[in-house]
Amino acid sequence: MSDVTRIPTSLTQGSRTAGGIGESKLRPDGTLKVTGEFAYSSDLWHEDMIWGHTLRSPYAHAEIVAIDTSAALAQAGVYAVLTYDDLPARQKNYGLEIADTPALAAGRVRHHGEPVALVAADHPETARRAAAKIRIEWRELPLVTDEESALAPGAPVLHPDRTDDCADGQRPHVPHPNIVHRQPIVRGDAAAAALRADHIITGEYEFGMQDQAFLGPESGLAVPAEDGGVDLYVATQWLHADRRQIAPVLGLPEEKVRMTLSGVGGAFGGREDLSMQIHACLLALRTGKPVKMVYDRFESFFGHVHRHPARIRYEHGVTAEGRITHARCRIVLDGGAYASSTPAVVGNAASLSMGPYVVEDVEIEAVGLYTNNPPCGAMRGFGAVQACFAYEAQMDRLAAAVGMDPVAFRQLNAMSEGSRLPTGQRVDSPAPVAEILRRVQARPLPPERQWESAGGTADVRALPGGLSNTTHGEGVVRGVGYAVGIKNVGFSEGFDDFSTARVRLEAVGGEPVVTVHTAAAEVGQGGITVQAQIARTELGVARVVIAPADTRVGSAGSTSASRQTYMTGGAVRNACAAVREQVLALGRRKLGTYHPAWTTAELLLEGGKVVTDGGEVLADLADVLDGEPPVDVELPFRHRPTEPFDIETGQGFGHVQYSFAAHRAVVEVDTELGLVKVVELACAQDVGKALNPLSVVGQIQGGTTQGLGVAVMEEIVVDPATGRVRNPSFTDYLIPTILDTPAIPVDVLELADPHAPYGLRGVGEASTLSATPAVLAAIRQATGLALTKAPVRPEHLTGT
Amino acid sequence: MRVTFTVNGREQQADDVWEGESLLYVLRERMGLPGSKNACEQGECGSCTVRLDGVPVCACLVAAGQAEGREVVTVEGLAEDGLSAVQQAFVDAGAVQCGFCTPGLLVAADDLLEHNPSPSDADIREGLSGNLCRCTGYEKILDAVRLAAARRGEGA
Repeated sequence: MSDVTRIPTSLTQGSRTAGGIGESKLRPDGTLKVTGEFAYSSDLWHEDMIWGHTLRSPYAHAEIVAIDTSAALAQAGVYAVLTYDDLPARQKNYGLEIADTPALAAGRVRHHGEPVALVAADHPETARRAAAKIRIEWRELPLVTDEESALAPGAPVLHPDRTDDCADGQRPHVPHPNIVHRQPIVRGDAAAAALRADHIITGEYEFGMQDQAFLGPESGLAVPAEDGGVDLYVATQWLHADRRQIAPVLGLPEEKVRMTLSGVGGAFGGREDLSMQIHACLLALRTGKPVKMVYDRFESFFGHVHRHPARIRYEHGVTAEGRITHARCRIVLDGGAYASSTPAVVGNAASLSMGPYVVEDVEIEAVGLYTNNPPCGAMRGFGAVQACFAYEAQMDRLAAAVGMDPVAFRQLNAMSEGSRLPTGQRVDSPAPVAEILRRVQARPLPPERQWESAGGTADVRALPGGLSNTTHGEGVVRGVGYAVGIKNVGFSEGFDDFSTARVRLEAVGGEPVVTVHTAAAEVGQGGITVQAQIARTELGVARVVIAPADTRVGSAGSTSASRQTYMTGGAVRNACAAVREQVLALGRRKLGTYHPAWTTAELLLEGGKVVTDGGEVLADLADVLDGEPPVDVELPFRHRPTEPFDIETGQGFGHVQYSFAAHRAVVEVDTELGLVKVVELACAQDVGKALNPLSVVGQIQGGTTQGLGVAVMEEIVVDPATGRVRNPSFTDYLIPTILDTPAIPVDVLELADPHAPYGLRGVGEASTLSATPAVLAAIRQATGLALTKAPVRPEHLTGT
Repeated sequence: MRVTFTVNGREQQADDVWEGESLLYVLRERMGLPGSKNACEQGECGSCTVRLDGVPVCACLVAAGQAEGREVVTVEGLAEDGLSAVQQAFVDAGAVQCGFCTPGLLVAADDLLEHNPSPSDADIREGLSGNLCRCTGYEKILDAVRLAAARRGEGA
């Protein structure tokens, strides 16, 4: 045993470990990101690397009669040209829930932009030019574009060979093979309840196809390895799910596909599905060279799935006193050409379709379609966004029908702890729906005519149309609108959701150091920051190193569904607790004879020391660890189990946790030109416990802005006649600039969820839900127009 | 062709540059300066903003040959002894999330503050309106520029 010469007798003031949970600790990668040194996936470089390029279909639905790659292969600088026939393994498809997406088109394409061939060359331009020389003979096929054409007699069946593995292998509840998934929910007796209604309000709504538009393009580097495997450095949301889909298509066992997360330039759900992963690996394995692939923005719009556009019909009944009697709703989500995560999106849309309101008697149906439109899958809000847009419009109309204030009406019908969802599940943690509405309503309104200066002149920058100088205030009217939403946190419907963390504690240079190793994807949300904060809190050690995320450690699950702080945070906490027990046992063995408290007291780790719960210091942690092998633990964490929704009634304990946000939007509308300026978009959200308040507010503001985007500008436009995407560029697909985005004051509530680590709630998504309907409600109030479609376009406001 | 220009105060040279290559490509792939980002390569997002003879431009829209003999400043050139005031303010204000837009925003904000040391919020919004950010909702970016302006003011 080493001589212990430094045993302070009491914990000095302020030596509690700084940078733990609840503090706005700054990002550890912030400095690298502001100096340009942080390596995003498109920045990777390898000696001798070549460039991959994808040839994509110009047609939305067509048969490939013949492909001739000879001219492309003959071009100088080209190393390989691959088509479907070159896929090495029997498994040629992949997919998150259903493996129905071909790695390369197999005789026919089902959407505009589907990958058909790959080229590897010495320069990206060489690869592009070679791809342009691939000759393809096409035969166009009839299009499936919406529910009517998908279910029409004689409609082309897009996936005739599909075997359903998404709903316990039971298919009878899917009435047509062009329906990916259907989820009905029936509870109570809607017909009987409707008889109690004094007003019945029906509405039909349409929600456009939104794009995640993360800024860092799909990109990565595949390096062939001597053992016949491949090392892939890539920006993704879930390394292990990628590997599960990649390896079979390469014909490799999973352990020969080694993945490391590279810098991720945003995700928002758009990196849940594979993009260039398989393609880069195929080219690397074929050429024996490191292959880098980087999409440009045009290709990025085809490289990832989008948010499901939706057509939604609601019927609500309400009594003269303002109580909702019942609801019927039907939500049709366009899943596009491949399934992606459509089944789960359908489940979310159905189960959250009543919003955060008490409605006991319901008849609900949500369906997801196969069409020849671009594939749709995960995006922030995941099925709850589309429903929220529609039910919140209904709430305003119901309130108007009974002559109530829209906020008071919502509060009267708001769910609270103990309320039931239409699935029968009781909400068993705080549900402060009325309170977050009260908070956004109580906030002082921004002053009227802010754009008007003292001399009667206008600062046009603050007016609708901005620097375009389209108005100096004439024809500008103001409106205020409210909305609130409910989002599930984590993976639902019985999914075995877990995350793994490995935590190591050792003495380095006489100081205790913690290393946290997980496969959790840091996509910008600040996951690595809170992982370090948790480790500091649990182990009382200031120095925490976050190891790069890779597949050498167990799966962390996806950075999506607002689950990563909950799940990987929970795993880090669990692993730290096990490390703490081991290090205390070690301390008792080494130093237990020095002080009776080693065996009699409750011991804590704080400020790099072993401390009794009374604050007495027993040892420096470094002395306990000195000369010992590292204490090293890898543990998984699971949230409480959920169960699938019944396929006929939709009943079941399907969700883990809920997240609630409310918005108040203040808008000014130029009614002559149909231009909207959002003046303020205030948010209140319950986060359970803010592990990092600065990051939490940043997440809420970012989500709010994405909700604002789809309210007034964002939509991927697909030509219904050809199925082609009309606006795959930032010139034509508009996301909010700093001029389009208003002040976003945020009010954070912390009502602990007793079931979650530290009481936290997933934060990332809820604000996206309610921002959109709040803006729509404000525009309706300003203009008096019904406005049933998002995004609102100038022609909707001017009637042209 | 061969292209020679000054980057962050140092003369740099690239050989075998294809005539169609952008300044962005040459900086990132030939000169080992990947700080300027390739988010759209359409001149729409501002992530590749650099200063060319002092004027902010989208490097993706500048042909590499146009930079011949000129001065380019990228995000890698902003820090001198430690982080610049703008860089430090972005870190401190929480204006960096995924960070992909950050290098372009920093170059644009640096230029803004050089010309307008105490900008109003409307000035900041106008000055940064060519730079898209998808993560932050811009509030903390405004905070960062206000903070940088205040700190530069104190230091002056």
